[in-house]
Amino acid sequence: MSGSLLLVIAATDPAWFDVDKLPVLIAAIVSIIVIFYATYHRSRRGKFQVREIAGLKAVEDAIGRCTEMARPLLFTPGWGGDIQRPTTIASMNILAHVAEKTARYDCRLVYPTHDPVIMTVAQEVTREAYAQTGCADRYRQDDISYVTSSQFGYAAAVDGLISRLKPASVFLLGTFEAESLILAETGNNVGAIQIAGTDSTIQLSFFIVACDYTLIGEELFAASGYLSGDDSILASVRAQDMLKVLIGLLLVVAVVWNTICELTGATEQSWWSF
Amino acid sequence: MNRRVALVICFGFGVVMFAQYFSQHPLARGVNQAVLEYWQIIFAFALLLGVVSFFQNNVRQIRHGSDRPYRIVSLIGLLAMPVVAVIGRIGAGSPFLWIFENVQAPMQSTVFALLAFFVASASFRGFRARSVPAAILLGAAILILLSRSAIGGPLSGWLPDAADWIRHQPSMAARRAILIGIGLGSLTTSLRVIVGIERTWLGGGK
Repeated sequence: MSGSLLLVIAATDPAWFDVDKLPVLIAAIVSIIVIFYATYHRSRRGKFQVREIAGLKAVEDAIGRCTEMARPLLFTPGWGGDIQRPTTIASMNILAHVAEKTARYDCRLVYPTHDPVIMTVAQEVTREAYAQTGCADRYRQDDISYVTSSQFGYAAAVDGLISRLKPASVFLLGTFEAESLILAETGNNVGAIQIAGTDSTIQLSFFIVACDYTLIGEELFAASGYLSGDDSILASVRAQDMLKVLIGLLLVVAVVWNTICELTGATEQSWWSF
Repeated sequence: MNRRVALVICFGFGVVMFAQYFSQHPLARGVNQAVLEYWQIIFAFALLLGVVSFFQNNVRQIRHGSDRPYRIVSLIGLLAMPVVAVIGRIGAGSPFLWIFENVQAPMQSTVFALLAFFVASASFRGFRARSVPAAILLGAAILILLSRSAIGGPLSGWLPDAADWIRHQPSMAARRAILIGIGLGSLTTSLRVIVGIERTWLGGGK
């Protein structure tokens, strides 16, 4: 639906469309068009390559390490998010890939979570991954468990699991808050390889210091395409790059425009309010 | 077939929830409210599932003898709190509130307090000047720490200004770049799920 049509609807009944959100709608529509374009016109441009992401390349090594050391792999999505959050969905995508590998190598996968809905989805994702690799008998539902919804209760429970099980690899992928460093440092203390990633810029700095590999920003969301090699998903990663170029151009235009307005003293008259 | 139904439901709800965000109409608000209420109901049932799973898991592990003391304490807590709440209520002066304030809250504070020690140990490892970027990080960290301490101001007048510049210019620029990436990543992930390109949440496959 075009912006002008929405304005007509809004003029007829102001409640149907919130005009204040028009810029958000335009940005969303432009983004959606770019993503669809990149996804459904990918065949013309050939195979799209994603640059090497150290944190994702290390996933295989981390699982291999668990197998060699006969120790479990601990994967947790953090306390901050629920299943509605894109970060949690991105984390599930990586879990599916990790579960396929752990099933194949007969390595124990432990997944403690603070949210019963996440637990249910993670059980389903893991069970399906084990079934697809033909190792359904290796799936242990008890290992995909709900611990508590309390933040520091969750931190204490996962800390306890890490200290007792001494996993060879720890995956901290999802939405983390104050518990991030508590978990990462405990994992570091038991000598686990740690791969972390979150959408919180504050917690990212803790992960960078305490973990071996950290997925920064969009790397966490690109993981699904990177690990599966699925063309459709990789194409949407390409769309992200196209949108980044668009945003970059917009920022340059905004800076130049604002500078011109400042130099000419036309700030008040500018049609573009910064 | 089941998977197709789930994809259609996901697509329908994705489109409706996207559209209602741009409307203030009572119908759109009502839809939003209804979905949130249904979400609460789903969560309540899932919570029950989580608690049952927690209980069964712990009972099984106690039988097997692994981590028995921890698991017994967990089960006592899980079973005792609802009983205490039902018998003695949860208002001021109740046993439930007493246990919460004198057992659970101090335990949570204790775990939180561990963070101070972990920050120190992580900083010690992270701030080793092994390379040029690590040395720059160390220099910036020392500057910020000094400026935020009591001696920062008296030591030099420009120290707080330099620290503010680091926080508001290079640090903020890097942070915003990451946030743009996260925003775009969230958008594409959501779209992939809504239109059914991404199906891992259903257990993967086509």
